[in-house]
Amino acid sequence: MKSSTIKNHLLDTEHLTLEQLNLIFERTKNFKDKETAQIYSGKKAVFLFYEASTRTKGSFQVACDNLGIKILDLSPQNSSFVKGESLLDTANNLEAIGADIFIMRHNQSGIAKFLSEKVNVPVINGGDGMHAHPTQALLDAYTLVEHFGSIEGKKIAIIGDIKHSRVARSNIYSLKLLGAKVTLVGPPTFIPDGIENFDVDVEHDLENVLDNDVIMALRIQKERQTGGFIPSFADYTKSYGINKTHLKKLGENTVIMHPGPINRGVELTDEVADSTKSLILKQVQNGVYTRMAVISLLLEGEL
Amino acid sequence: MNSFVLRNGQVIDPLNNINDVLDIEVVDGKISRIEKSIVSNYKTIDASGNLVTPGFVEIHAHFREPGFTHKEDLRTGSIAALQGGYTTVCVMPNTNPVIDSPYLVEYIKLRSKDIDLINIEVIAAVTKSLGGNELADLVALKQSGSIAYSDDGMPIMNPKMMRNALEYIKPLGLPIILHEEDHNLSLPGAMNEGSVSTKLGLSGTPGLAEEVMIARDILLSEKTDSPIHIAHVSTKKSVELIRQAKKDGVLITCEVTPHHLLLTDEALLDRPYDTNLKMSPPLRTREDVLECVKGINDGTIDAIATDHAPHTIKEKDQEFSNAPNGIIGLETAFSVLYSGLVKNELLSLHTLVSKLTCEPAKVFNLNKGSLSIGQAADITIINLHKEYELKYHHLGSKSSNSPWLNQKLKAKVERVFVNGITKYLEENYE
Repeated sequence: MKSSTIKNHLLDTEHLTLEQLNLIFERTKNFKDKETAQIYSGKKAVFLFYEASTRTKGSFQVACDNLGIKILDLSPQNSSFVKGESLLDTANNLEAIGADIFIMRHNQSGIAKFLSEKVNVPVINGGDGMHAHPTQALLDAYTLVEHFGSIEGKKIAIIGDIKHSRVARSNIYSLKLLGAKVTLVGPPTFIPDGIENFDVDVEHDLENVLDNDVIMALRIQKERQTGGFIPSFADYTKSYGINKTHLKKLGENTVIMHPGPINRGVELTDEVADSTKSLILKQVQNGVYTRMAVISLLLEGEL
Repeated sequence: MNSFVLRNGQVIDPLNNINDVLDIEVVDGKISRIEKSIVSNYKTIDASGNLVTPGFVEIHAHFREPGFTHKEDLRTGSIAALQGGYTTVCVMPNTNPVIDSPYLVEYIKLRSKDIDLINIEVIAAVTKSLGGNELADLVALKQSGSIAYSDDGMPIMNPKMMRNALEYIKPLGLPIILHEEDHNLSLPGAMNEGSVSTKLGLSGTPGLAEEVMIARDILLSEKTDSPIHIAHVSTKKSVELIRQAKKDGVLITCEVTPHHLLLTDEALLDRPYDTNLKMSPPLRTREDVLECVKGINDGTIDAIATDHAPHTIKEKDQEFSNAPNGIIGLETAFSVLYSGLVKNELLSLHTLVSKLTCEPAKVFNLNKGSLSIGQAADITIINLHKEYELKYHHLGSKSSNSPWLNQKLKAKVERVFVNGITKYLEENYE
């Protein structure tokens, strides 16, 4: 174990300060403006993606490539569940052979924290169960700040399966930290117990948030139907799908977001996803720079 | 040999309504006199300044033998019990094999006799292999010495099976102990459903999962006129349901654990994903805790039981959702309840002792938990003023999955007699 290594992590957005957010945004902007490359050659990132992920993993890969960081991808071929015990074995071995940072995704809430307590190098949580997805929230916040300048006082509606969503949870913390007003929208089966303690509003009628500054739709997972949370995608879409008709009712400056991948015709119709109001492609693009920022700051011990 | 006079202790014996500085004379392992300033030829053991109570009675513990002896066995469980002042422990049948046949009951009784530390009583399974499908040989299990039945941990989800079990045991006079949890409502819950589970992104087990089963079983018990004992109640509504059922004359008793009387799910805000805060039922809310304390005080809750559930460090050292449920509790029960409830004037010392001695004994008709003349001298001596830090290597249990590990606790058991023989002396374990 390299006890001298600076041990800092990105596990969630809940524990980030406004200063840290601004530091990340500043670094993100620098990377975006200058396309800096090859500044961390010799560093090794270990990828532990225990859950299917094309976009997040791809985004982290490009981020590492841009920074000249070698990737050791130990994600299992089939993304079936791997227990903490064997994860720990793997992590300890990898640390011993010189990993500089771990980037992990797993279907168990809290597992990034679990790993971070066992290793002496930074851990980035690329999504843990229903708990947190901090880099997604950071890229969302960056995209909004880039678009609006500031989101202080902006009204942001997050629509969909809040109950099972780590994206929603992480966004609530960072958006509120930046002064936005958050409303959660979905059927009661998608609103988690105890949400009243999060200082957010809850709304079951989509019509009532169409005038918000930001409409952020979340992906609905297939298993919510078999789990009995919604009868069908079609029935969900009747109440919460955003379509052409809604598009006309949106505020003049309202923007549309979605963390992807979109179930087109479910959360958003094509007209909405591809409209001029959509920031979805910007989200994808900014994802790379945000992740470069987070990785570089962690490696420098600055975060 | 096992004759002596225990002098000048503050004796609390709730069954006999004793709470005074008294001497206790023990002759041949039995209590012969409790009086002031006994004149006797037997040697003196000084208990002045200390609390003296009947040995505690635990009605809900997992000693893991046979089958899971890497976690605990009858011997280490007994040592853990003694450290906490317990002299009688009822062990649960969810071992491997499950205690669902008479020879296994006899095995545990023989092993306990061999170990010769505390009194161990056996709770037998209600259904074969805790499967919920076929009744175990309930009469034979009683004849082999079981004191109650339980499928603890595996709720009997089929109400018809539950009804049949209650009807069949009615002539036997032993209650069924129920771990109340509707798995359809609770799974895959890992902690209490609420703002903390939402924050941590963990699946929640609603109190509802416990309450609907208690409501169901109250109705079944009432219909069959057969006795039930609700294990580890954890919610306000559960206590209210049981309070009303008792008023209505239902044959129902219940217990609560120390942790459900002291901790809430907010402990997981301070110690996120700490698996020593994971158990079933889960830690609930402040409101639930207060109602459990009220239930203890107004008699709705009959007994305090620890649900001592050892798991190894390795088993607990994993992601929260996959870690096994349960914490150990025998070593710490009195200390944490004394500090957390008695010192804060939420519970009298007399009631606390009562809920650890004669009342749990009464639930299963055990002839234990008192200092009545002629009784076996099972006696616990406690130094109420002694502070100590709960260290891993002090624990009698093979496991150390306690939420109070490494914390400073008050009130330490100094000495424990079973049948008048010293089975535990605190300094030997320092």
